[in-house]
Order: sequence, then C-alpha cells, then structure tokens
Amino acid sequence: MCHQTVGLVQGFIETEGIPTVSIALLKEVAIRVASPRTLWVPYPLGYPFGEPSRPQLQGRIILSALALLAQRSPEPILVDLAA
Amino acid sequence: MTSFADLSPKDRTFMEQYPYRRSRWSEMAELRKPLGLARGALVTTAALHLPDQPPFDETVRGGDWSYREIPGDVEVARLRTSHRSKSFDRSGIEKDPNVAFPLDRLRELSVQGVLGVPLDRHFSFMGSITAPGSLIKETAPEVARKLREDGADWVLLSPV
Repeated sequence: MCHQTVGLVQGFIETEGIPTVSIALLKEVAIRVASPRTLWVPYPLGYPFGEPSRPQLQGRIILSALALLAQRSPEPILVDLAA
Repeated sequence: MTSFADLSPKDRTFMEQYPYRRSRWSEMAELRKPLGLARGALVTTAALHLPDQPPFDETVRGGDWSYREIPGDVEVARLRTSHRSKSFDRSGIEKDPNVAFPLDRLRELSVQGVLGVPLDRHFSFMGSITAPGSLIKETAPEVARKLREDGADWVLLSPV
C-alpha cells in the first residue's frame, strides 16, 4: 500500500510543477500505480535505499533515481536499477 | 528483489486483488536547474516521526492519512517509525533510518557539490492507506502545495 500512497502524493507534486522520482520495491504495484518516474530497486520491503549503514550504496541509489529527473515522457518512466 | 511471489499468502492475495489508484498527473514537470544547484526534499511513507511528534494512528479505519513535517536540521538517527504494517521488516530502519529517509546522504552529496542544499522541511506519511479518499482530497495536495511554497526543485519519494 505504501507504493499507492507514494504514487498519489507524487502525482500531486508533479502537478504543482515540481519534477519527482520515486523508488519502488514491488514492480507489479509500481506498474499499476504508474507514477511519473520510478526507479525499481532489488531490495526487500522496508529497504528502499538498499541496506542500513551502507552510505555509498544509499548514495548510489539516490543518484540513480535523481538521474531520471532529466527525462520527460507522456508515459510513466519505470527503470530497473539492476539493468 | 521483491515480487508478489515473495509475500505471505495473505499479503499476496490482498496485493494482487486490490484496486490500486493510479497516480494522477498529466504532464511531467521539467528540472530547471543542474542538480548541483537544485534544492530537493524527501517524502517517505515509512511513518517516520520525531520522538516529540505524535505517532501515526494505527487504529484509523482505512489508514491514517495525516503527515509529519520533518525539519531539515533533524538528527536522522532520532527518527522513529510507527508504521502499522506487519508486511515489512523494520529492523533496517530502526538501525539506520537513512535506509528509508536518506537525508544524511543528501547532506553529504550537497557538501560534495553534487546536489544543492536539501530543503528546510521534508514529509512523512504512513503508507498503509487502503481507503485513500482523505489523502487525495486533503493531505497529498496540501503537502504538494507546501513543497511548491518551499521552492522545491525536485522531490524524491520512497515507500517501505
């Protein structure tokens, strides 16, 4: 349900003219929610930025997500971090 | 990696059959500054809050649609989660809240010149909202307006 809440809040923020990107842990839900930009990460529920006390990993995930901000599309953008 | 197949049978059935609401947007906004100058904010649905803020209310039917403002100068390690969901492992967040709310990382990337200075407030929801009517009517647009008023150049959101 967290993904739906993220997607609903994200849509309102994007509509205010602010570019947004979200992390997704469950690809099946991310596809259904269809947020503007989403980075799907290969981690368990509860771990959107990877692992605790792994600052370099957390930083890499942040920058991979923010890199999507440069993209604009009429359709949702969903990228796999592991790809 | 997580997929429906990894969930408990009860969670899996619910998650597969739930009628998800789609994110409502019509046109993607444009990033107007280089990231090194752009100021951003975090939105988490990990139900994080400061020790002196009221916890999220797990008794609200359909899910607590309120939010907490997290000040930009917060000591991240002091954040607590009151998330009601039993579907995820919270031990990682309890050990290091940056795994769901990586404000310390944004600060470091800002010092390195990779990102602009993080904004002065960030936002926390509790994600397990099965009846999102009040979220859609009230709190989601309210937080979006606050982020515009704060001059957010970008927003990074994350579920748990």
